[in-house]
Amino acid sequence: MVQALNDALRDEMKRDQRIVLLGEDIGTVGGVFRVTKGLHEEFGENRVMDTPLSEGGIIGCAIGMALNGLVPVAEIQFSDFIFPAYDQIVNELAKFRYRSGGDFVTNMVVRTPVGGGIRGGHYHSQHPEAPFIHMAGLKVVCPSNPYDAKGMLKAAIRDPDPVVFLEPKRVYRAAKGDVPDGDYIVPLEKASIVRAGKSVTVVAYGAMLYEALDAATRAEEHGVDCEVIDLRTLWPLDLETIVASVKHTGRLVVVHEAPRTCGLAAEIVTLITEKAFYYLQAAPVRVTGFDTPFPYALEMEYLPLSHRILPAVLDTVRASP
Amino acid sequence: MLMPEMSEETEGERVAISARGSLLQVLREDGTLDPDKNPDIEDLDLLRAFRQMVETRFLDERLTRLQRQGRIGFHVGCLGEEAAIIGSALALQTEDWIFPCYREFGAALLRGMPYQSFIDNLYGNANDTAKGRQMPDHYTCRDAHWVSISSPVGTQINQATGFAWASKLKGETAVTLVYFGDGATSSNDFHSGLNFAGVFKAPVVFLCRNNGWAISVPYESQTASPTIAHKGQAYGVHAVRVDGNDLFAVYRAVRDAADRARAGHGPTLVEALTYRMGGHSTSDDPGAYRDAHELEPWQQRDPVERVRHYLMDHDMWTAADDAALDAELEKRFLAAVEAAENTPQPEVDTMFDDVYEKLPWHLREQREQVRRGRRPFKGGG
Repeated sequence: MVQALNDALRDEMKRDQRIVLLGEDIGTVGGVFRVTKGLHEEFGENRVMDTPLSEGGIIGCAIGMALNGLVPVAEIQFSDFIFPAYDQIVNELAKFRYRSGGDFVTNMVVRTPVGGGIRGGHYHSQHPEAPFIHMAGLKVVCPSNPYDAKGMLKAAIRDPDPVVFLEPKRVYRAAKGDVPDGDYIVPLEKASIVRAGKSVTVVAYGAMLYEALDAATRAEEHGVDCEVIDLRTLWPLDLETIVASVKHTGRLVVVHEAPRTCGLAAEIVTLITEKAFYYLQAAPVRVTGFDTPFPYALEMEYLPLSHRILPAVLDTVRASP
Repeated sequence: MLMPEMSEETEGERVAISARGSLLQVLREDGTLDPDKNPDIEDLDLLRAFRQMVETRFLDERLTRLQRQGRIGFHVGCLGEEAAIIGSALALQTEDWIFPCYREFGAALLRGMPYQSFIDNLYGNANDTAKGRQMPDHYTCRDAHWVSISSPVGTQINQATGFAWASKLKGETAVTLVYFGDGATSSNDFHSGLNFAGVFKAPVVFLCRNNGWAISVPYESQTASPTIAHKGQAYGVHAVRVDGNDLFAVYRAVRDAADRARAGHGPTLVEALTYRMGGHSTSDDPGAYRDAHELEPWQQRDPVERVRHYLMDHDMWTAADDAALDAELEKRFLAAVEAAENTPQPEVDTMFDDVYEKLPWHLREQREQVRRGRRPFKGGG
């Protein structure tokens, strides 16, 4: 996935001179995860800029650049460090179009690695999509595989609205897949049905998609046929695809790493109960991270891995009339 | 030595930083201009600036009255700070950009924001350029190179740095000026804005209106730094202190800072020492925390009166001109208020526009909820 993201940035920077990258350690060293590797050499210090260590400064300056007609792609080294920039992102970046009546727009992308399972402890493992979704005006995306990562990063850069681009770092190098050379787009706001099935709809995204797929394979041994949806764009989400799937399966399991309370799963479950209540044959279930800080030693118990998804899937089937 | 030595200083800058705590002053106590520091403002520009200062003060008085009458919800004024605001805007070129705080409507009008737009914004009506989405005094005017306003005190500072940095990257000559108060120098955004500007030599002018107060908190409780200019030194940002109630001095400092930025020498922090003669806003009563005696020395340094005396001494202004201007201001104001009051509120549907470029499904659904039934009575319930 790292290479796919790197390809997307390179392609887009060649295509559009207005695109600039800024962030901590993204220049010579190519970022701590090497997503921007080689771009500083190729495009120079006026297109790829190492900044001082200040997330608020990075985002504030990037907003100013966007207002001045550039298309900044800002990197926040870990999403756990994004909160000093939270005010700039949710109160400024997300609000410029609205508060200025369309007089000023901010076309930019905030890239940041998310998620646990890398032995990073609380400050290198969180998955904070919900606080960005909740504060009106942002698009929030999270690809799960290299093909989508490239196509969606290109789409995000070309999108007229600010996009928070979450990169599941647990699968930065683990997720393999063919990535075509050259230009293609994976449109935002479209989910993908990665496994068709008829018994239960399992919605997941990012690194947890693979856990959902693993649980689906195991469920098969129990005669349960899961339909697995990769949400891809977390907000505005592709409600149509989820609703159609649940109308077909009658059951819903939503998986995410982030804590449960007020998480995205809560919203998806609510939307489904509103839109497809009479199609449901069992209560929808959330399989998520817990409402604790992210633990270091016990991270694999915290994450909603397939061993926790499987029983939830089987329960929804058993619970049905 | 208080301030860093700069090799590329202009004469004016050297004057400003030559002695500890010294203030750049051009319009002297006796009403004459210091010939060594005189920025030679063209007569027409000077008159334009003066008229704008008078209008700004007029509007502060009248808008406060409108607020007390319940006709507008709020106003945040700049009584006593007119020279800092108008002088700085006057020193910029048309191509330059301003990231405002919220107290600088005089500068926006000087730069060509339509008067009616300003009044419409105070009413949040259908003609407001911000579409009635923000409080009064939160207008936007791209044509005047005036960026949309947010209420938090410091967020515009690092945005201005980024904007200026982008001008530099694009090879453009425009300079960016950002306004903020002394309170904002405590914010994260001030720190990162100056730090980034210092590192990247962004062509930005940081204009701090040090008016002594952040709502009820005086300067001494805001910072242990002896001056705001000291803070520039920490970031390697050139800093000057000026008499903020001296139109000529503010103009000189900002013009020099803008020249310096345009020539590729990077940012300047201009500390304009002034005084907030009114409350923080119409929602504030300074009597609760400030002794009225504190205002007395500043009344002697009234920025509008100082320019008026200068102009009269030089036969550029007469009592008859005052009377004519007053009548003109009154007429323009009444007409604009009438037009604004006769303009309806924004349509309810517009609440959902501009969150994104295109309306997504969830906002379409929420808009349907509003369309299903309008609020039956004014007010709640």
